Amino acid sequence: MVIRRLMSDECILEARGLFKKYGDLVAVNGINFCVKRGEIFGFLGPNGAGKTTTVRMFCGLTRITAGEAYIDGYSVKKDGKKIKRIIGVVPDISNLYSELTCLENLLFSGEMYGVPKRKRLEKAEELLRFFGLWNRRNTKFKNLSKGLKRRLTLAVALIHDPKILFLDEPTLGLDVLSKRAIWDRILKLNEMGTTIFLTTHNIYEAFEICERIAIINHGEIVAIERPESLKKMFSAREVLEVSFTPDNPPIEELRSLHGVVDVEKEKSIFKLVIEKPIDILEDLAKYARDKGLNIATLRLREADAEEVFLNIIGEMRDD
Amino acid sequence: MINELLGSYYIAKKDLKEYYFKPGTISWGLVFPIAFTLAFFIRHGGSSTWLAPGMISLAIFFGATSMSGMSLVFERRIGSFERLLLFPISYTGIALGKTLSSFLYGVISAVPVIILAFILVPIPPSNPLLLIMSIAVATFLSSTFGVLLSFSVNDPSQIMIVFNLVRFPMMFLSDTIIPVASLPELFRVIALAMPLTYMTESIRYSYTTAYDLVPPLPSIALQILLSIIFLFVTSRLIKSKIP
Repeated sequence: MVIRRLMSDECILEARGLFKKYGDLVAVNGINFCVKRGEIFGFLGPNGAGKTTTVRMFCGLTRITAGEAYIDGYSVKKDGKKIKRIIGVVPDISNLYSELTCLENLLFSGEMYGVPKRKRLEKAEELLRFFGLWNRRNTKFKNLSKGLKRRLTLAVALIHDPKILFLDEPTLGLDVLSKRAIWDRILKLNEMGTTIFLTTHNIYEAFEICERIAIINHGEIVAIERPESLKKMFSAREVLEVSFTPDNPPIEELRSLHGVVDVEKEKSIFKLVIEKPIDILEDLAKYARDKGLNIATLRLREADAEEVFLNIIGEMRDD
Repeated sequence: MINELLGSYYIAKKDLKEYYFKPGTISWGLVFPIAFTLAFFIRHGGSSTWLAPGMISLAIFFGATSMSGMSLVFERRIGSFERLLLFPISYTGIALGKTLSSFLYGVISAVPVIILAFILVPIPPSNPLLLIMSIAVATFLSSTFGVLLSFSVNDPSQIMIVFNLVRFPMMFLSDTIIPVASLPELFRVIALAMPLTYMTESIRYSYTTAYDLVPPLPSIALQILLSIIFLFVTSRLIKSKIP
């Protein structure tokens, strides 16, 4: 007998002390979080942080070592089949069946989910039209462009009307137009009520689209906030972009200046993450004079999404 | 239960569309058995009565195993096998789906060889019903064997190499082209450990009403039992491969 766990009405997905170990390696270290019904939830982290392992545990593709995972009240450990009927998964690679046409790929997926014949034909047509693939319905998957393959992979994940859609790098490797086309459709799906769980490396996209973002590093959740709140956490920090003539100073010396949190070098420009701009400007001018350097360019701006992300990850590393 | 069977059927239907024309399936599953059969029949002419059933069982064996091998090489390599794990179907249902597509392809592979055998060695089967039953059971066993072998190999790119390492010795030790009864005792014992021996024995009996090692009914019963065991072990293997 399937027993659905009572979850908060708001929560469609919940991790409670979710833990995964591969041999001696702890991939996910007892994480807790909840994804609200109808939201676009971003799951960010560097490579090897535990993102994919977490998603795979929710989808039943990786065993859970300890802890609990629930989707729509069903336990991932106990009610695997029920869960599979209510989730849609778009992996980071478009791995549909190459010899099958767009329509055949959709219909096969519909058959496997037990969608009745008439409904799966209607739904397949609706999805092909929604994703702009109707004219390509009889084209084999292998003959589609990369962008169209991605669209079809997304369409196939929706044939059974899932309550929650897991998206892993949905726009990876696509051109700007294809990216926009995919995002437009994902946003429309969300407007129609589908919860989106997005795993991505594209921090800018995540900050722009997601309602809440969880950042995971070394298997632990470092932060879960709305994008604007995450930015606010670091609003005290700004970025000073500076270049010098005639030579570049050693990066370590800039890092040792008082009030500098971090320094990155991009070509000849140093990006100093700082806390008190006025103080650092005085110190920087003095440092340049002492070293016989001229400040060629100087620009002060707010930290962007990527810098916020790197700061959060960096702080975790420092701890 | 019905949903599971339907799911297996849909997987089989998809596999046939997807892999029927793949070069590996055609070369190992269709061309090789036909070429092999022609070579042997032309060499042995009218004295091929004993050989014809062996050729049929080889065609079935190579056809069915090539299909499972090819489909799982592709799907495990490009990651589309995981798509099947995302559907609400059991591991046994997936194993059965893969078996069914191999079964259908094995039957298709056997047809040209049966026709060739009939043209070149004009002996009608003495028990057509037993022949049909033997072909069906042998094809199902070959299919479960192929699917099991495909999942036993960790590196998908090695599947076809392992297949041939297993299939070729079996060709010579399973009473298909060399009469095992004429070999030393040790080879007869080895032959009894080969599933292909039982397939050949029951097919041969339906043509010649004679057998070398095992009578047809125990042979068919053992093939059914082995198929069930292989199917069960495959479903456990799929589960064990989930990290």
